This record gives sequence, structure tokens and C-alpha cells, in this order.
Amino acid sequence: MGEAALEVRNLSVTLNGTAVLSGLNLRVEEGEFLTIMGPNGAGKTVLVRALLGLMPYEGEVRWRPGIKIGYLPQGLNQMFVRDVPVTVGEFFGLRRVGAAETARCLELVGLPRAMAQKPAGYLSGGEFQRMLVAWVLAGRPQAVVLDEPTTAVDVAGGETIYSILGKAGREEKLTILNVTHDLNVVFAHSTHVLYLSRVGHRCFGVPREVLTPEVLNELYGAQLKFYTHP
Amino acid sequence: MNHQLLLSLISGVFIAGAAAYLGTLMLSRKMAVVAGPLGHLALPGAALALVYGFSLSVGAFPFIVLGIVVIWLLEIRTKLPMEALTAIVFATGVGTAFLFLPINKAEAALIGDIAQVSTGQTVAAVVLGVAVLLAVRRSYAQILLIGIHEDLAKTEGVNVRLFNFIYLAAIAVIVALGVDLVGGLMTAALVAIPAAAARNVSRTLGQYGMAAGAFGALSAVAGILAAAPTRLPAGPLVIIAGAGIFGVTLFWSRA
Repeated sequence: MGEAALEVRNLSVTLNGTAVLSGLNLRVEEGEFLTIMGPNGAGKTVLVRALLGLMPYEGEVRWRPGIKIGYLPQGLNQMFVRDVPVTVGEFFGLRRVGAAETARCLELVGLPRAMAQKPAGYLSGGEFQRMLVAWVLAGRPQAVVLDEPTTAVDVAGGETIYSILGKAGREEKLTILNVTHDLNVVFAHSTHVLYLSRVGHRCFGVPREVLTPEVLNELYGAQLKFYTHP
Repeated sequence: MNHQLLLSLISGVFIAGAAAYLGTLMLSRKMAVVAGPLGHLALPGAALALVYGFSLSVGAFPFIVLGIVVIWLLEIRTKLPMEALTAIVFATGVGTAFLFLPINKAEAALIGDIAQVSTGQTVAAVVLGVAVLLAVRRSYAQILLIGIHEDLAKTEGVNVRLFNFIYLAAIAVIVALGVDLVGGLMTAALVAIPAAAARNVSRTLGQYGMAAGAFGALSAVAGILAAAPTRLPAGPLVIIAGAGIFGVTLFWSRA
């Protein structure tokens, strides 16, 4: 087995004396699309922040040495950007991304390169979210970590974003870690799922093995089963 | 043009221009009003300056720096919003000031004394104004990114503590200089009004910074030039000139 994009061993995170995560082990290979699911309060965002070294943890988080990681945090919304007269091109410039790379990434997510001149705060919700995905993909990261990237977009917009990410994943061997509640994403795009539960148990594996009726029941609070069309 | 007026204009242009440019960042981070409490925090120092007869800015600066450091440390310790911490620290400053401020001499501390600025103070205003402009320009992207999302800035390799400190230090310098221009009561207007006016007419970050600096400098020139013929203090006139510019920009507002 080659070197993993990410290897997590015995990861534990404690917040205000409460164990949010304990003894988590995880291995994500290059080019895999891992979806992290779980009910609110199960520790999804805590896990993401720990993986990125944004909060203290115990255990080992080992990214492949030299790997370039893009991050799209939860709650990065358009309202802040609307308060600032910043064009899409200048928004990319905040990450020191040049004009040519900005144009490439905008086209990658299906936006015209002329959009670089438009005020970022006045894009439609769907355009803004696509622009954020382009922003994360700028500079050709080898891994991206996305925390609920489609919260502000409709179903079709969300599907488009995941199609773009899935395509990038296949073509550029991009490793994707994605937090979502959207079951369609898991079955359509994910290679693996990590399910976190509020009561501390977890499952990790391919979607059909992990997302059993019991897990779906805990996640959505109803008797659910996922059927695929024959 | 007489020598004193020239000194006042030069000081005013550099202080107001730098304050307005910094103001664009403060407006973006919803912190424009923070300069007000910090100006009030300058009052104990201004009181000492009046009692012992030295420059208002020199008196104000250590108190503002002390206040900024306390706010910075409290923010790291408590993670309370910066504006809440500023309010706590500023109330302490105002309370302390009114214990010592000689009320019969309080006018200069409250509304500024730019008409009496010395050559040394003018040189300091130019040097510090340019230093703030350069420091803010070099740190603009990082400070804006922190304002957009702190975790995102960290993953981009931004040293959040360092850039927050640079940001607060720039505010401290501008507020201390602003006490000379418009007094301790109105420093928020120096950062907020020209930046808000610039926001009305700008489509890009580049235009935003340029327009804010120009509006700040213009309001300083207008206010200082209007002071002599009207026999009114320059500080309030600078603020009113800024408000007038803001009023005009409303016709171009994109909101």
C-alpha cells in the first residue's frame, strides 16, 4: 500500500472537558472522495478543524508531506463580501492567485472568465458558491476540505458543484474531504463515508456498507432506506 | 499662505488620509466605531498633556497602546468580540479621564487643536501617516482574509495574531494622531465617514482605498481652510466636511 493522502491514528478532541471525538482512525488514499456525515453536534466540524491543525487534539494526523490543501469553511457567506467592494478577481487575489489561474478556475466551475471583473457580493447565490469552489481549487491543491459547501444553494446547484468536484477528483487525482447532510452526494460521488454519531459510535467504509437503515434513522430521525433505481 | 496654516494642512491631510484608508478595513470588519471608544481612551493621556503642557498625541499614544494591548490580550483570552472588549476598556478610560481632566482646558482634548500644530508634530504626522499607509497596504489582504474567516486565513498560512496586532497598532497610531486633528470625541468619524463615502462610489478594492484616502484628505483641507474665516474650530469642521462628502456620494450609491 502506498502513502496515503491522509492518515489519522487514535485522534481525540476534547472541548470544555467533554470528549467530542475519541480514538478515531482513518486512512484516505489519493484521489478518494470521503464524505463526513452525522447529526448536528456529532463533531464533524471539530474533526475538520482538527485535521487542518486549527484546534488542539491528541493522536496523530498525518497528511502526505508537501501536500497542498484547499479549505472551504462552514459559514463563509456572501454577506461579508457584500459589505466590501471587491471584485471576483480581487477576491482571488486575497489568496495571491493571479489573473490567469483565476480565469482557469472560473471556467473549471462553469463560470465565464469575464466574471473576474464583477463585484463578488452581487453574484447570485449559486454563482457565489461556484465561485468559492473555484477559489478553493485555485493554485491546484492536491486535497480539498469542504465543510457543507452547498448549504446556500438549491439541489441542482449543489449537484453541479459536486459534479465539478468529482470531475476534478478523477482528472487531477484530487483528494476530497466533504462534510454534508446530502445523501445523494454520498451515493453519487463519494468513494468512502465516515459516519459520526452523537453517542460516540462511528462507521467508516464505502457508502452502501456504512449507510444502513439504522444509521439513516439516526441521521434523519425517520424510517428511511435508500433505494437505487434498477 | 501662512506657515501655521500650511503645517495644519499637511498634518491634516496625512492624518485624515491614512485614517480613511485604514477605515476601509475597519468598515469591512464592522469595527469603524471602535475608533470612537479608542479616542475616548486617549482622554486620560490628553488630560495629562494639558496639565503638563505637552502634545495631545504624545499624551494620548501610551494610553491607546495600553488599551490596544489589553484588548488584544483579552481577545485571545476570552474570544469576546473586539468591539465588546473595546467598550469595556474605553469606559475605563473615560472614567479615569474625568477624574483628572481640567475641565476649563478640556476643549482641545475633546475637539482637537490642529490649528496650533507645531513643525515637530507635523513631521511626526507625515512620518506616522505614511508608515500606517504602508503597513496597512502590505497587510490589507491578510487582515481582510482574517475578517472574512479566521480559520480560512490560518489555513492560508496567515499569522492571525501578528496581523491582528499590526491592525490594532495601526488603529492606535491613527487614533493618537486623530486626537490632534479632531479631538478625542470624534476620532471614529475620521475612519468611518470617508470610508463609508468611498464605499458608496467604489466597485473594486483598489477604488475603495483610493477614494477613501482622497475623501479623508479633502475633508481635512476643507475643514481646516474653513476654520479661519468662520472663526470655528477646525476639528468639527473636518467632520462636517466629511459628512458633506458622504452626502454627495449618496447620489452615486450602489446599494
